[in-house]
Amino acid sequence: SSHEHKLNFRKSKEACLGYIQDAMLQKQWTKAAEFLTFYIESLEKDFSREYMGPSEIIWRIGTEILCHHSHSSMREFNSFIEQMKTLGVKRYLKVCLEHVFHLLCNGLIDEAYQNLSLAESWRFGEQTAIQDKEMKLIQAYRGLLDYYSWSKQKNILLEHGQDGFEDLSVEQEMHSCFRKAAMNLKEIIKIPGVWDLFVKCYVDLLEFYGDHNEARQVLNEYAYNSKFPANPNAHVYLYQFLKRHGESKKLLVSTLKILHDIAPSHELMIDFNTMLQKSKKRKKRRLGLEVIFAALDYAGWKENVKAWSCLARQMKQIVISQKHLDWIKQEWNSRKDWWPAFHFSRYLAKRNWQENESLSYEKALVAGILLGKDCKYFKYVSHQGCKAQVKRFRILKKFMNRHNPVYLKISG
Amino acid sequence: RDFNERCAQCSEVNWGLTDGGRFYCRSCHNVTERTREVVNTEFISNTRVQTISKGSRRQEKNDGACEWYVCEGFQIVLKKQAEALEALGVCPQMKDEILCNFWKCYLQKSKQAYCNRPAGETVKALSGCDSSTDVDSEPERPSVLHFLSLSESDGDLQTDCSFASSTSRVSESTSVYSGSVDGSLYFTKNEKDKLRMTMPMTLSFCYMALLWLREPMTLSDLLRYVVEGHVPYLNVFQHFPEKMKLCGLDLRIFCVESWPVYEEVHNKMHELAAFLDLPRFPDITDSCFLHPDMLCMKYLMEANLPDELHNWTCRVVKKIGIGEADFLTLVPGNKSTRKVKYDILAAAVVVVVLKLLFLLDDNYEWLLSDFAEERSKNSKEGAPYFEFKKWYKVIKCTVDAEQRKLDEKRAKYLWRCEKPLFYSAKKKSKVLKRRQMTVNLQNQFGKLSGSVRPAEKPNPSSFQLSWSEENTDGSCFHGHSLEGILQEKCGLLTAMNTDYWLCTVKLCKEKLCGHLGHYSEVDFPQSYHFVLRLFSFLLRIQPSYIHDEVCLIEHKLFNKKLCKKPKYKAVLRS
Repeated sequence: SSHEHKLNFRKSKEACLGYIQDAMLQKQWTKAAEFLTFYIESLEKDFSREYMGPSEIIWRIGTEILCHHSHSSMREFNSFIEQMKTLGVKRYLKVCLEHVFHLLCNGLIDEAYQNLSLAESWRFGEQTAIQDKEMKLIQAYRGLLDYYSWSKQKNILLEHGQDGFEDLSVEQEMHSCFRKAAMNLKEIIKIPGVWDLFVKCYVDLLEFYGDHNEARQVLNEYAYNSKFPANPNAHVYLYQFLKRHGESKKLLVSTLKILHDIAPSHELMIDFNTMLQKSKKRKKRRLGLEVIFAALDYAGWKENVKAWSCLARQMKQIVISQKHLDWIKQEWNSRKDWWPAFHFSRYLAKRNWQENESLSYEKALVAGILLGKDCKYFKYVSHQGCKAQVKRFRILKKFMNRHNPVYLKISG
Repeated sequence: RDFNERCAQCSEVNWGLTDGGRFYCRSCHNVTERTREVVNTEFISNTRVQTISKGSRRQEKNDGACEWYVCEGFQIVLKKQAEALEALGVCPQMKDEILCNFWKCYLQKSKQAYCNRPAGETVKALSGCDSSTDVDSEPERPSVLHFLSLSESDGDLQTDCSFASSTSRVSESTSVYSGSVDGSLYFTKNEKDKLRMTMPMTLSFCYMALLWLREPMTLSDLLRYVVEGHVPYLNVFQHFPEKMKLCGLDLRIFCVESWPVYEEVHNKMHELAAFLDLPRFPDITDSCFLHPDMLCMKYLMEANLPDELHNWTCRVVKKIGIGEADFLTLVPGNKSTRKVKYDILAAAVVVVVLKLLFLLDDNYEWLLSDFAEERSKNSKEGAPYFEFKKWYKVIKCTVDAEQRKLDEKRAKYLWRCEKPLFYSAKKKSKVLKRRQMTVNLQNQFGKLSGSVRPAEKPNPSSFQLSWSEENTDGSCFHGHSLEGILQEKCGLLTAMNTDYWLCTVKLCKEKLCGHLGHYSEVDFPQSYHFVLRLFSFLLRIQPSYIHDEVCLIEHKLFNKKLCKKPKYKAVLRS
């Protein structure tokens, strides 16, 4: 509370805003609404010089309150938004768009579609050109909803097809939705940006109608055009498409390589490693090791059994063949300072053993190779495993006994 | 104008007033015997008569509006304020006599009325109403850009300025206008700037009248009543008659969007008193409400402090001579005497007394409180001993709660009035649309606000905090005794505390930095800050103003000691 005794309109409204924000942060929607009623008169005095004027503030705050207040209804919300649309012509399309999002979140697809169509037909002198980006978005979302309709009709047709029915009208409508959707989706993905949803839907449409070339081109553009922001998903979609269409391993690997570069912790790294391990080329296998080590650098992978088993398998294979130990050495070099505490502490040994035996097995194998059979992790897990008379742990123990000196070579 | 009968000769209804005050028909110049009996007090008689007899000016515009001068508007404001004050208990003499006379005097001195050639006439060319052939030597033609340089930090109306882009000269453009005849004059830089009237100045007038009558209302009381809505200030123009159309620059004059500031009102009051060449005001004696002895008593009560402290405040007042009539009474134009702020002065005296008795160095007062507690256990009869600790807890609770309420009230304050204002006719429809939307939105969210009763206007009261001795919870300290903190020395009761710290070793030059001392919360003990905060809340002013007065009082009190040893430590032995 300020003990400022000079009070004027501006300060009074700033204070009011402070109370609104506090109430909102504490989710006291009734209180927020109460203070908002006192703030609203700022509308009659628009600070057009300010970065965010009262009309925008009221729009955003009012939306929040109406979203969360228990007594608020969709009808009230709609009426409020319609008023907001008239408040600032420079924001018109933005308000429309957010209104549509809200309708979609509440499952009112048809209303959303109507609003999008209405917004699309809006024209306002030079504002139309200035708000071009928002307009494109509006068209894109309408395209998305068209896709959604198309999808529904497609499913209906497929069902009917199974039952032996033929429905011409549904088919026609479906094609019409396709045309509308395709047109709008195609437009938005030309603009550099992150359009995952639109791209996926567009590709789906293209694939259905057999235009694989176009689909491939779209995905390539999306992934490789440098004007577009780096987006791991772009590469994922491309990879999935190529895989679907039985493309060569070489192509798949090159696609995933980029994914590894930009998102080393992506879940596809397991597939990638698996692919690389099987390769005949040495370079690829080397890369595989790099990939799996890199993935396990991330905390989210700590308990991923599949990942550990990939690493374990590859390392075991290397140890047995006695070839390329230097690969492990290279990878371990930058990790030997922190992986022991990160993955192989005694605490983790206990926890892993209690919660997930397979995990502890794979990890023990890796730990044994990297740190020797006397390291905390291996010792504990191996001991527990043998005590419990689990066969594979006995085998593991024997294996480690045989290959123990390896870790010395690795840690160098 | 109020006369609606048909003319006997020509059956027209088109009346004017002759110099003799009789109605004459403008169409056929038939003079009636009817005289203007009821003097319309809302309009200044003199100028009106002047212009009517001249007959060269159109009396009414097409839309039923009439010409009016800004000072007429202020006259209405003053009238409303005086009525409100009368309703609050101020004697009727204030409204009927004193304020009236002050106002008339002001009009005369500023040549707006009651004189031979009202300055308002020269404005004709500027207002864009009628062009007049008779333009006297005018002040420098103001450029439109001048208006823009009057940057309003409030930001009000700036965006409404329809003339912002126009750079044509005032006399030629019709976009610079006001509903009033001389509204634009109020923004020109004029050498003969004779205290142009502003809204805060209306309160200066009121306070001046109150002071003259020695009414029991301090300036902080008055300003508080204004904020609480008991004295009209914000949106008073709603009460202007219909025909007085407010638009354009009038809005800048009459629509204020900030609360009046104590300093400003006070300083203007002094300027006014000097400008009006008023004589020495009636003496403030020790039986007046504004006398420090009286005000100290009031503040002691309000601050829930023992009545016994009053002896101490009186002693301090006497010792430093601030109880003398010559010190307290206002002599306009006398630049050598310090302008007395009665309320702040009294509050500062109380603070000094507290410092004398409790030291307030964040240490001693608590020890003393424990000591008093011990002592009180031993003596069972008589009034309970005053313990600083207990008092602190009670006051802190109360003031914190009240401050919170006040802060909320401030955030919820509604500034706009019922009547929507338009800067110009062009803006009217836009303004009305906005107003409609505002009302809709307020309703919509009002429904979601739950059943919240609108904030009621508090009943006007001189006391913001009241403590009753009937409360059994012991939260009223008025009757407490100071025995717990006093000791006997040579048959007299003196304070146990023998130390004192000065707020400032050297007084700063007020003219240079506006303050005598420099106050910041971190530089002074928390207890001192607490006490300042209490009075800051009661008087609704910044703590630094009270701090300044405290500095001054201390320097007067310890004058001898200060003069003797130029280099001395901050802690004195009294």
